[in-house]
Amino acid sequence: MNSRGIQSQLKESVPVAGFCPPGAYGVHDTLRHGFNNVNTEIIPGHPLELSEKNFQLNQDKMNFSSLRNIQGLHAPLKLQMEYRAARQIQRLPFLQSSNLALDTLRGTDESIGFEDILNDPAQSEIMGEPHMMVECKLGLF
Amino acid sequence: MASLTASLTPLGGFTFENCKRNGFLEDKANEAGCHLPAARKTGTTICGVVFKDGVVLGADTRATEDMVVADKNCSKIHYISPNIYCCGAGTAADTEMTTQIISSNLELHALSTGRLPRVATANRMFKQMLFRYQGYIGAALVLGGVDCKGPHLYSIYPYGSTDKLPYVTMGSGSLAAISVFEDRFKPGMSEEEAKVLVRDAIAAGIFNDLGSGSNIDLCVITNEKVDYIRPHDEANKKGSRSGDYKYKRGTTAVLTKLVTPLNLDLMEESVQTMDTS
Repeated sequence: MNSRGIQSQLKESVPVAGFCPPGAYGVHDTLRHGFNNVNTEIIPGHPLELSEKNFQLNQDKMNFSSLRNIQGLHAPLKLQMEYRAARQIQRLPFLQSSNLALDTLRGTDESIGFEDILNDPAQSEIMGEPHMMVECKLGLF
Repeated sequence: MASLTASLTPLGGFTFENCKRNGFLEDKANEAGCHLPAARKTGTTICGVVFKDGVVLGADTRATEDMVVADKNCSKIHYISPNIYCCGAGTAADTEMTTQIISSNLELHALSTGRLPRVATANRMFKQMLFRYQGYIGAALVLGGVDCKGPHLYSIYPYGSTDKLPYVTMGSGSLAAISVFEDRFKPGMSEEEAKVLVRDAIAAGIFNDLGSGSNIDLCVITNEKVDYIRPHDEANKKGSRSGDYKYKRGTTAVLTKLVTPLNLDLMEESVQTMDTS
């Protein structure tokens, strides 16, 4: 993810333009997203955007693979099971969860980063749509 | 995000949702022939040197904003932990927030382990964080401190690379400062010698680099104590004005005078001193 080539910046899925326009009024938001073209759809707006989006995922992957090299396959499998269990103990998707158990497993409970001080989800001004978020989490749409 | 509802759980940290819009607006503005404000040029001299039983850090106090001196007496030596301090060059807000976050993390680490944090730990935290953001956090740092393994001095570049050296400099005045170090540094100096050397290195930056100026701050860290000397030396003393050009009272003749009293009740009065440094 740290290579700066254009290949690594491509998004995994390309949304079909015009099929489901983003924005509040169901039309393409030209002011926010510029004119529709393939380039703006697949290239991220900022070079850091993708690496930041996948940071936790890549970090976990790296930790699991080094854990596997040190202790054998059983260790990451067991840890992944614990992650999965810890992820299930939380409030409904539109309410804020502390993710304390998950943070303890990851070792991030004793660290402060930009995700804790900037744009804190606990103080978000945007209210989640309860039905939509539950459906999104269960993969219903 | 235009809508007030979200379908995905929001995440903390940096958001990039306005990047495309800003790029779009900038393109349109350039097409129309006007230019949006660009990033301002910064300038600093910071340095550090290892002496017999500790570390001396030095910094100038000018905050540059392109052709304007934004602050004549700003503080560039930041607290990290009781035995570690850090000089910052580059974007002032970035160095400030970076050192504050690492300071908090080191405090949590120290509380967890029950020991005084080590300089190598701070260095590793800095480089991992700066590498994660790929140079977009413009913080060039000189990190110095004394721990159980003796005095240590690191320079940390905005992209996350670090050097561990007996004397380091950073910022736009780094070339002027390093030349003083290259000339006069010797291993195992006394505290006084090291302070004079760092003072001269920063003064070289102040007088030869336009982005650096004003006073010289020093921070001496040894095993026993930390001396944060601010200011250590004023490089450019402002001279006193020899003549008095103010007119005496009554020079201009008063023809008429009218005083209209306002009938107001004084509810509360407080006097605050203004910062005129």
